[in-house]
Amino acid sequence: MPYAYYPGCSLQATGRAYDESSRAVAEPFGLHVEELEDWNCCGATSYMSVRELLAMAVSARNLALAQRKGMNILAPCSACFTVLRKTDHYLQEMPALRKKVNNVLHAAGLSYEPGSVHVHHPLEITVRQGGAQRVRERVRNPLKGLKVAPYYGCQIVRPKVEFDNPEFPTTLDELMTALGATVVYYPVKSRCCGASLMASNEAAAIRLCKNLLLCAQQNGADCIVTVCPLCQMNLDAFQAEVNSRYGTGFNMPILYFTQLMGVAIGLPARALGLGRELVPARPLLARYMDVPLRIEAPKTASSQGG
Amino acid sequence: MEDREEIVLEAGVRHDFIDELQNVPGGERVRDCIQCGTCSGSCPVSFFMDNTPRKLLAMIRAGMRDQVLESNSLWFCTSCYMCTLRCPRQIAVTDIIYALKRTAIREGRTGGAAKAAALASAFTDVVDRRGRNYEPELLTRYYLKTNPAAMLGKTGLGIRLFMRGRFPLSGERIRGIDEIRAIIAKANEIGGL
Repeated sequence: MPYAYYPGCSLQATGRAYDESSRAVAEPFGLHVEELEDWNCCGATSYMSVRELLAMAVSARNLALAQRKGMNILAPCSACFTVLRKTDHYLQEMPALRKKVNNVLHAAGLSYEPGSVHVHHPLEITVRQGGAQRVRERVRNPLKGLKVAPYYGCQIVRPKVEFDNPEFPTTLDELMTALGATVVYYPVKSRCCGASLMASNEAAAIRLCKNLLLCAQQNGADCIVTVCPLCQMNLDAFQAEVNSRYGTGFNMPILYFTQLMGVAIGLPARALGLGRELVPARPLLARYMDVPLRIEAPKTASSQGG
Repeated sequence: MEDREEIVLEAGVRHDFIDELQNVPGGERVRDCIQCGTCSGSCPVSFFMDNTPRKLLAMIRAGMRDQVLESNSLWFCTSCYMCTLRCPRQIAVTDIIYALKRTAIREGRTGGAAKAAALASAFTDVVDRRGRNYEPELLTRYYLKTNPAAMLGKTGLGIRLFMRGRFPLSGERIRGIDEIRAIIAKANEIGGL
């Protein structure tokens, strides 16, 4: 049974490269996906801040749609991942809420049995279910010499997930290592990027982004790898603003982990949405790309001895 | 921030405010807070807040309803969940802050942090109509409501995103929008959590 792929709203606009690269690498890495038909917004943090029952019900419509298809959900966006999981969790824990939400869903001809749909993240499935060894076997262009800062942000690991540590996660580190990249020390890996504060209080969000960029630079990273469209947007599109406010000279490409998975198996830039980032990544990735089908050159004695 | 804090004597403490949080899963645990400050130390934005999370919890228990609801702290919270994760008393601080935001919006008491509240409201307006968020419309509505002049400052960024296909000029509406409408109508009729 394929996963019900739930791109979420950001992946249709600012996070389009994440959508493109997620779809492109799914099959080659053994993930069968089919878009959840007519999905709606998960509610993000905003609905929860405005109207609670509606937030749960809007989110639960997606779970109901997946349940009808008998599918589990695959959600690349951290906010969607957390909100959908949280909705299911609350409905399981609170019988009164379950009744109310189903009452609301019935008005739309839907219903949801809590616990019947599991919500997963592509990173979790790739590493925890497929295994790093399986990833390694598929790599054609190892990302040798590429130094990456693995950035998880908040909502992929908190408040609680089963597949990784909520403060010092390692899944992305394992994946990047399996792709042949070098993972740099990145102690701020699960700190916040500022999320939607970038719109409502830019100074606060810019400061958090500055800290993330600075730590990556100080530890010698060539790029930051993200798992979330909002993290990518804040660090990439507002990097120039960080530089102008703090007098820094960051020129740090911010990539989705799915883009690097694609590069490592030899997919072309266009299929991975490379070029959509505002801080260009092509110069950094050129040496791993446009490699014609990788044919191992025979190792000669002269190249060894030099 | 003022140096002199209001002192609430125990006899004068209002308990009805803390009771309002009973419906939030984990909300009743506010009573268990030991004021250790782990939440404030873990919060990435506490240094911007007028009341840190630790202090906010103490104020809730002291029944300082007005001061809590009008605190800008609510609108700095990014829902990073670090406080919730680390709280040694398992208090769901993030969810409590969500509940406080909802009450503040309902009562129109977002004065000090109107922008974040306006952003959340603009978001739900867009999704109510389309079933999905459409980022260009969200930002246009938000800036028109809060600071139209600031939109000009963002034009350059908008164009750069547009050039890279990240700022589509038309948004979608889901086919099942009638289902969303029915859900909204019913949820508004029932209300609460």
